[in-house]
Amino acid sequence: MSLRTSLKALPTMLRIGFSEAVAYRAEMIIWVLATTMPLIMLALWSAVARTGAVGRFGQAEFVGYFLAAFCVRQLTSSWVAWLLSYEVKQGTLAMRLLRPISPLLAYATEVLAGIPLRLLVVAPVVAISLWVVGAGAVPASLGGWGLFGLSLVGAWLVTFYLNVLLGTLSLYLESSQKLMDIYMVLYFVCSGYMFPVEFFPPGVRMVIDVLPFRYQMGLPVELMTGAHATGPALVLLAKQWGWVVGLGVVATLVWRRGLARFAAFGG
Amino acid sequence: MLIPRRYLRLLGVQLKASGLLALQYRADFLAEGLTSLAWTFTALAPLFVVFGTRPSIEGWTFHESLLVVGWFTLLQGVLEGAISPSLTGVVEHIRKGTLDFVLLKPADAQFLVSTQRFLPWRAVNVLSGVGLFVYAFVSLGRWPSFPGVLASLVLLGTSVLLLYSLWILVVSAAFFVVKVDNLTYLFTSIFDAARWPSSVFRGVLAVVFTFIIPLALMTTFPALAMLGRLPWTWLVGAVVGSVVFAWVARRVWLMSIRHYTSASS
Repeated sequence: MSLRTSLKALPTMLRIGFSEAVAYRAEMIIWVLATTMPLIMLALWSAVARTGAVGRFGQAEFVGYFLAAFCVRQLTSSWVAWLLSYEVKQGTLAMRLLRPISPLLAYATEVLAGIPLRLLVVAPVVAISLWVVGAGAVPASLGGWGLFGLSLVGAWLVTFYLNVLLGTLSLYLESSQKLMDIYMVLYFVCSGYMFPVEFFPPGVRMVIDVLPFRYQMGLPVELMTGAHATGPALVLLAKQWGWVVGLGVVATLVWRRGLARFAAFGG
Repeated sequence: MLIPRRYLRLLGVQLKASGLLALQYRADFLAEGLTSLAWTFTALAPLFVVFGTRPSIEGWTFHESLLVVGWFTLLQGVLEGAISPSLTGVVEHIRKGTLDFVLLKPADAQFLVSTQRFLPWRAVNVLSGVGLFVYAFVSLGRWPSFPGVLASLVLLGTSVLLLYSLWILVVSAAFFVVKVDNLTYLFTSIFDAARWPSSVFRGVLAVVFTFIIPLALMTTFPALAMLGRLPWTWLVGAVVGSVVFAWVARRVWLMSIRHYTSASS
């Protein structure tokens, strides 16, 4: 599976992935309904903000933040961990391995191909946010958009590699379901999905800055709503891409070694 | 309501099968217990953050909200131990086409699929929930009144009934949507909103969470009952409402079953 064959197959795989996404559009609606937690949190924090602002957040800022969180979740989410562990359990991973394309690339295109449909959901939400919050709901300058875009790509990659890592662990453990549950809770609490990470007390905040979760959700949301000046934004982006590279290397290594075990099992 | 003896015996058989299976994996009790504790504490983080900014929100103090979280945790135990294992089973049946075998059996299909699998160790969350009640009341410096406890026990019944009916509705959706791997996920994520006192929701959300997806009835009402703040009319409303909801769920299930047979023949 050379790089050239993979690249040549990429457009076709994306097209197939997109057709699948359209065919299973009902599933996407279920997924969108299942990721409405930011709206619940919006209701909660609006109730809190009714008696006065929390930090730099008034009611309008909360609307901007949580609608952005909803959009970022739609665009960066990944279900590769579940897919992988399911295919390992059922043994259907063997079929993927027979194809002359790396399964990891196949998973990545499958997730990427779903994004155009997700944009259909995201666009009206951004419009609503613009209408309620005003121009502050999106980056103010072209450079701001660039940083936001970069953070979105980074967030997608961090989420994807974490998913690969978790899914691959099912090659080592009997069941990685429990680990995935723990990952989800940590992601919800630590990423800025349920509340902005700046609400954590300073001591905890330092830990959160080191963990990968906030770079999956909090950073793109903050850059979308213009919470950071360019300087600090670049520092945070560098940390995010540090995670991208680190997780990329680790996930690929663990995947390769795990695959050897899988071959031994099925052999 | 008359439940035929046969069904009670059948329930006994199914419970015994799941129980024996659970006894084979005794170490799971410890694993589940530890994860339940870790989970409960992590899930409290947002509560700490919210109440770090205000002493009370919409008339709920931190310790009073702990009661709501306690009910949420308790019901989560019921959900994961007794309700959702079967849910995943039905979705699997529909996908593989093996639901036909269940439908052919000479007993009510809804009963059979609802009792096919229990995971007793998952019920550790029930203990965590009770632990939260005790902690909350110790911190509040008083104990719930006797009628309050009685009312909350009645509401425990209605909450489980509501949760179960909601589950039947979600499973019914599985007949219409073909690829349904994340139905369980949808269910838990909707249920997640029950973590918060319902009075924080206003307008459309308040209506939705009281009447359409009655989350308020499941966690906020029992917590109010424990605090002795639940009016009698609300209690009656909750009982009547949950019976009506269960009836609707049963209708939808029967309709879906008809849909299934016509689609597969």
